[in-house]
Amino acid sequence: MQSSIRRYALNDRDKTAERAETEMQESYLKSVVRRFKYHKVGYISFWILAVIAVLAVFAPLIAPYDPDRINAAFSAAPSAKYILGTDQVGRDQFSRLLYGTRVSLLVGVLATLLATVIGVILGLIAGYFGGMIDMVIMRFTDMVMSFPYILLILVAATIFEPGMWNIILILGFVDWPGVARLVRGSVLEIKEADFVHSSQIAGMSRPYILLSDILPNVTAPILVFATSVMAISILDESALSFLGMGVQPPTASLGNMLDGAQSLTILTKMPWLWIPPGVMIILLVICVNFIGDALRDALDPTTIR
Amino acid sequence: MAKYILKRIAIAVIVLFGITIIDFFIMTLAGNPIEILSGGPRVNMGVLQQRAQNLGLDKPKYIQYFNWLGTVLHGDFGYSYKNYEPVNRMISEHIGPTLILMGTALLLSTLIAAVAGIYSAVHQHKAGDYIIQTIAFLGQSIPGFFLALILIYLFSVKLGVLPSGGMRRLGSAGSGIQWQYMIMPVIVLGFEMAGRNIRYIRSSMLEILNKEYLRTAEAKGIGRFRVINRHALKNALIPIITVLGMEIPNLFGGAVIVEQVFSWPGLGLMTMNAVLQRDYPVIMAVCLISAVVVLASNLVTDVLYAVVDPSVRFE
Repeated sequence: MQSSIRRYALNDRDKTAERAETEMQESYLKSVVRRFKYHKVGYISFWILAVIAVLAVFAPLIAPYDPDRINAAFSAAPSAKYILGTDQVGRDQFSRLLYGTRVSLLVGVLATLLATVIGVILGLIAGYFGGMIDMVIMRFTDMVMSFPYILLILVAATIFEPGMWNIILILGFVDWPGVARLVRGSVLEIKEADFVHSSQIAGMSRPYILLSDILPNVTAPILVFATSVMAISILDESALSFLGMGVQPPTASLGNMLDGAQSLTILTKMPWLWIPPGVMIILLVICVNFIGDALRDALDPTTIR
Repeated sequence: MAKYILKRIAIAVIVLFGITIIDFFIMTLAGNPIEILSGGPRVNMGVLQQRAQNLGLDKPKYIQYFNWLGTVLHGDFGYSYKNYEPVNRMISEHIGPTLILMGTALLLSTLIAAVAGIYSAVHQHKAGDYIIQTIAFLGQSIPGFFLALILIYLFSVKLGVLPSGGMRRLGSAGSGIQWQYMIMPVIVLGFEMAGRNIRYIRSSMLEILNKEYLRTAEAKGIGRFRVINRHALKNALIPIITVLGMEIPNLFGGAVIVEQVFSWPGLGLMTMNAVLQRDYPVIMAVCLISAVVVLASNLVTDVLYAVVDPSVRFE
């Protein structure tokens, strides 16, 4: 071990030197892409997610049937005509899976966007201005975080009618505290940097300093955090819809497609109704998580690659 | 140290106060309790007004809030809209099974996460590390209810070795929880929690292992085993405490879903029913109680930090 530590240390130094050389020749973005590709699993996940996203976006063109149309065969097993079979009321399962993925991805992306925007704004303000403003914002963040997550979502879902758009809003308004804390922490660090001080002395306006000096420097951690928010949003949407408090039928979502599996006949006799949406959720979440992992490595300038 | 703890308590009280305000206004946003209580259109307006007066609903919102806060501080959460049972009694009937289920899952998963996370960090980039990390990744990515469905399908339907729901066999003698009924819910909860925490503990442990003082200890030649046991493990307590603290707010969310799938008669199932029936006094009581638990656990975590890591006290 002693020798291995020394060996690592040496390797580190060699590689750092090498990296410095290569980095001089390429732009930041290029080196990020290169390091992202180095994370094999993350890179593969990226392409899998891209394919799923394309399938989901173009679901209206790809789906063999209207997802809400009732076909002749009820609860039919997978066949050439219905690749994944049909559900209890005779809707084509494959078409519903495509549309469900579309809804789940949309919820994940928009909720993440909303949470990130709210978190970034509050975090920037709290971190940069400090004092009372910081105190109030951070205590409010604590309050939101102290409510048990699912409970908050459930309560919100009872007050506002459950449905896709409300789920997006609810998840967005529940997920921001983590982002806000992260941004605040980074701002506190960066605002003492020399280049920020020099902007202040040069008489730049506060919005300019916040948006042009500070924000670009916290983008990397925000991006990485956003992937985990997206994974959680997809999981939460599916859990809520599974509980019947999320996306409402007949609109398909991966969660409400699984809802039926609470009945024993479906669970035991019709696996084609609950395994595909479940596997799809897992696939989406795993891909998003791996992409986050790869991004973390790619965006962190201290990783040796 | 005393000052540090006092400051933490003060902050917790402020946050709790804020939570009661949010709690109350969510409840008023949800609708007028009189309408919900009376139900149906054929109600005498005079009677309604009388009841509203009795309940103090004709007063301004902020006075209503303080009245409500007063009763809550006396430990009275009012009556359920649906079955007119005191909310206190409903909660005390359901909290036991939840505490047992959650406590077991929390302890087991933290133990597993600590052992696996530390093992993984010590054996970084070896086969064991990759296997543990993959399992942790799956734990993070599989929705709890889907895992529950798979387990029920395998162990209850196909193999028939474990019961699919409830906490004891109907009609069996005695009372309390039968252990067979706990296995699957604990696995589902524990897998999810351990998945989240293994990676956290692993990366914290890696950071610790790279610290200078460990290299120094190693350089002194006291052997790898003693370095890790004597010097590194003590510091690993900090991420483990963090993980325990972080899991407590999540526990309740997990309870709602797992209790629903396994029909476990605890707080989660009760809350889910209250949500479906819009039984706001019950929902709000559960919100407040869980917020208090979360704040208390945050407080304990902060104090434990100060105990374990003296540098925290002087910040």
